[in-house]
Order: sequence, then structure tokens, then C-alpha cells
Amino acid sequence: MTRRLNTSWIVPGFLLAGCAALVFGSLRSSLFAQQTISGLANGGIYASLAVALVLIYRATEVINFAQGAIATFTTYIAWQLIDWGLGYWPAFFCTLGIAFVGGVALELIAIRPVERRGNQLTVVIASIGLLILVEGAVGYIWGNDIRFMPSPFPAHVYRVGGVAFSRQDLATIAISIASVGVLWLLFQFTKLGLAMRAAAVRPDAARLVGIRVSWMLSLGWGLAAVLGAVAGMMAAASPSVLLQPSMMDGILIYAFAAAVLGGLESAAGAVIGALAIGVMLNLLGSYVSWVTPQLLLPAAFVLMLVVLLVKPSGLFGRTRVRKV
Amino acid sequence: MSSMTPRRLIGPLVAVAAAVAIALIPLTLSDYNRSTGATVGVFFVAILALNIVTGYTGQISIGHGAFMAVGGYTTAILTHDHGWNDIATMPVALLVGFAAGVIVGLPALRFHGVYLALTTFAVALAVPQIAKNYPNFTGGTEGLALPTHTGLWLYRTTWIVAGIVFVLAWLILRGRTGRAFRSIRDSEIAAASSGVSLSLYKTLAFGISAAFSAVAGSLYVLVNNFVNPDVFALTLSLYILIGAVVGGLGSLWGILIGAVFVELLPIGLTSAHVSSSQSVPVIFGAVVIAVMALLPLGAANLLRALHFGSKIGQSSDVPQGTEGR
Repeated sequence: MTRRLNTSWIVPGFLLAGCAALVFGSLRSSLFAQQTISGLANGGIYASLAVALVLIYRATEVINFAQGAIATFTTYIAWQLIDWGLGYWPAFFCTLGIAFVGGVALELIAIRPVERRGNQLTVVIASIGLLILVEGAVGYIWGNDIRFMPSPFPAHVYRVGGVAFSRQDLATIAISIASVGVLWLLFQFTKLGLAMRAAAVRPDAARLVGIRVSWMLSLGWGLAAVLGAVAGMMAAASPSVLLQPSMMDGILIYAFAAAVLGGLESAAGAVIGALAIGVMLNLLGSYVSWVTPQLLLPAAFVLMLVVLLVKPSGLFGRTRVRKV
Repeated sequence: MSSMTPRRLIGPLVAVAAAVAIALIPLTLSDYNRSTGATVGVFFVAILALNIVTGYTGQISIGHGAFMAVGGYTTAILTHDHGWNDIATMPVALLVGFAAGVIVGLPALRFHGVYLALTTFAVALAVPQIAKNYPNFTGGTEGLALPTHTGLWLYRTTWIVAGIVFVLAWLILRGRTGRAFRSIRDSEIAAASSGVSLSLYKTLAFGISAAFSAVAGSLYVLVNNFVNPDVFALTLSLYILIGAVVGGLGSLWGILIGAVFVELLPIGLTSAHVSSSQSVPVIFGAVVIAVMALLPLGAANLLRALHFGSKIGQSSDVPQGTEGR
């Protein structure tokens, strides 16, 4: 009991200290504040994708390696709709609908037949097959050329006391956090959300009370695809990411790292992990001279490794007792 | 029921038949197809190496392309910058790979299941980035060129090395070490209770596996006769894992099936004009999913079932009660 008490303050303590350092730095230097905000914007993109991963992991204990590719695919759909003359926001919401239907369909066609007979590893391999398939489909349909995705937020800069915040960054943070928030409301306050949580935690018991568990899994895939679509469209709108078939590969690894930091089972943990990674990488990249853009990905990996070595179940994960 | 003796002979007989077939195949091939055959050999070694850690010890790795990169760059740098003979670099690649495997294996002791999968996945993504970042050493994005060889030379070298590695792996896996690996796969706690040192054998499995992967990487850069970070992109790690699972984890025979699957299926699809080269990944991905749906335990299990009439599709770790409405 004393052990628990001794360690339970460490994670919140570190987070608070980190936040305090960020606020302090932002007050001292306007460049620091700008870098922190754009780091939070990147973190918001990672957060949407990380929560999508957590959603599927909680329900089936499987990491969906195709999540990034699916997000890229839906982003191309949005690009296509805009190219056909639809406005940005109609295209945005149409894409979310298409992503939902597509996610459900993928679960039904590709994952369920594998899950019926296989084990966890076979489902992982199937999701890797799906990654190759979907990324290949993007190249097949739209080609490998880089496309230009318009941003709904015209270049505009807000100035607050000498600090310039780009509207793009602020909107990305707002939309990513809002989409995760809507999902949280769905899970916490609707009957459907309750049924999905029940199906994830106790499939057998859920079935006994009349929940269609397999349908809940399909819905989970649909919602994950919607979150991925948000992440993809926000990423493509940012000036530093190019719309091409491999667009989400790097972002997926940051989302993995974020989900692992958060303990893989906690959506809130994934969001906090994602924001932390976004800010940390951005500050590393701008203040540590030898950290080139190529080294950001290894840096995220080292960060993940260090957290896992200190706390193998992630910052907010449950420690599990393994039995023979 | 047949008697025990013929059944025991099946394994060695198939091995001899396979060796003879592999030795005779290049006589019928064009030089270009011989180097394709050499690439199958590279995948054979790589999948064999992954099998030691994933199939026999139960530690999933999605990052074995990284160990191939270690071996590949060892060979490339020694031949390109120091004028070594390319065959002579392979023992060095083996040792460097072993060291890299131990370095990754030590932290991996603390990780299980999904966490290990994600960590190794990150290694696979990180290593090419690191190679890009030190161009003086690795040639950066442009890479390094290696001496060219004929297809026949590549084919022979690759498969002779593959044969040596296969025998080594067989010797390691059949004895005490192999038993320790398998006991860890089946139950870590039970293995530890029986006196198997988890830290020693898991690290050893990673080291041996990475050493063989590094040899595969050496062969790979020889076949390609150049090296750059994209040669060891994430796709390579994914293909090795797919080959291992499609062939059947924990089976030495499945490795050959897996190697042929990942190298020849995409080429076959292109050359048979079933599809334009753009659509090959789409079909390949679909086939992988279909194989997982139909043969969840891999092709080797199907062969085993045909031979011995055992039941397939029955795995103790199939999640129960997660299906149906």
C-alpha cells in the first residue's frame, strides 16, 4: 500500500512540472511560445490517430497497423471531393461519413474472417496486409505524385503580446481535441457508447445482456477511421506535410509512441502522450542544433523506450499480473 | 499408420530433394531470373532469422529489416571504403548483427506482446533515418555502390550461405538451447520455474536472430549491388514478417514457402500481366489477408496436416467467445 502511495504522484507531478516549464518558457520567450503552440498542433494530429489506435486496441487487443494508411486514403477522398468542386467543409463532413462506412466495411471484409479462426498475431499480419493494400490502392487510384490539399484556414496570424500564433495551428488543436471530445461524449453519455464499452471489456457478459458484440467491433473500426480521417485532413492542411501515399507513415509512429506513453488502453493518456510528444519534438528540433529532422523519429523512439523501461505499462496503463 | 522409420526419413529426404532442386534450378534460368532466385535466398535467410526469435521464442519482432540494414551497411562500408572482399565481410556482419541484437534484446526483456511489436516497429523506422543522417559514413540518401556480380554467382553464394545458416539454425534449435527457446514461447513463467534463465535465452535468441538477419542484409546489398536507406525501408521488415507467418511460424519448412511467397508473388503478378505494376501491392495485400483467413497457422501447417492427418486451425491461443452475435 505504501508503495502505491509513494509512486502514484510521480506521473501527475512530472506532467505538472512539464506544463509549468512550458508556461514559464513561453512567458520568457516569444519564439518558445510559438514553437510550443505549433508543437501542440502537431500533437493534436498525433492525438486523433493515437485515440483511433486505442479504440481498436481496447476492443480487440490488436494494434491496427493500417490505421495510418486508411487515414491517408480518406484524406485523398477529401482532396478528390474538393477537386470536383465541393467546398472544404462539405467535403470534410462527407469524408467523415465515407470514412465511417469504409472503416466498418474493412472490419467486415478483411478483419472479421481472420479473427474468426486466427489468433492475435494473424490479425496483426492481416492489418499489415491491409496497410500494404490500402497504401497500394492510394498509389493505384491517385498516383504517387504529391497533391496540394487546400487549407480551410487562410494564413492568418494572431498577435498576443509579441507572440504570433498561426490560425492554422490553433484550428488544428481545436478540431483534433474537439473530435476526441465528441467521441468521449459518445462513449460516456450514450447507450451505444455504453454498449461499445461493455463489448470491449466483457464480450461474453455483454452478449448475455443482448449487445451485438461483433457489430460493436465494426462500429469501433468505423469510429477509428473517422478519427484517422480528421488526423489525415489536419496533417495534409499543415504546410510541413505533403499529401502523398506515404503521408501518414511517420505520423503513425508518433501516434504509436503516444498511445504507448498513455498506456495503450487509455484515450486520455493517448491524448496527453500525443501532445507531450508533439511539443517535445518541436522544441528539440528548434533548440538542439544536432537534432536534424531525420533524427526526430529516432528521438520519439528513444523517448518511448525510456518511458517503457521506467514504467512498462505506460503512464496511465494498468499493471497486469501475468499467470502461467 | 506407417511405421516410424519412413516417417522419420521424410524430413531428411525432403531436405535433400530441396537442396538438389535448388542446385539444379539455375541451369534453367536466365541470368536475370537467377538474381531473382538469389533474392528468394536472401528472404529465406531473413525469414529463418526472424523465426528464431518469433517462431521459436515467441517474441514478436516487426523490426528485423533494421538488423538487415546493420549487416548490409557493414558489408557496404567494408567493401566500398576499405576494399574488403565481399564474402569476407559476412563474418563481420554476423558479429556486428549479434551485438546489435543483444543491444535491442536487453531492453526487450521488459516488453511483452504488443509493446515489443511496437518497439521493434519503431526500430525498423528509426534505423533508415539514422543512416540518412550520417552521410559521411553511409553515403546518405545516395547510398554506396558495390561490386557487381553475375546472377549465377549471386545465386550460388546466396544459397550456399542459406544452407550454412539453415544447418546452424537447425543445430541450435534441436538441442538444449532450442528447448529453452520453445519453453519460453509456451510459458515464460513455467520456463523460469524450470530453471531456464529468461534474460539469458531471450537475449541470446535476439542476438542469434539478428546475426543471421545481418548476414541476410549482407547478401541483400550484394544482390542489389548498392545500398541506401530506402533499401531497408519499413516494407522490408513487413515482408519478412509476412513471409514468416504465411509460411508458418516455428516451422523450418514453412520458411521456404514464405520466402517464395514474398519474393515471387509480386513478380509473378507483374510478369503474368494479371495486373499493372501499380496494382501489385493491392493484390499482394489482399492475398495476405486471404491467406490469414484461410490458413491462420501458415502453409507449413497445411503440409503437416496433409502428411500426418492432424487437425489444423486448432490453436490453443485462439480467443474464445469473441465471435458470433
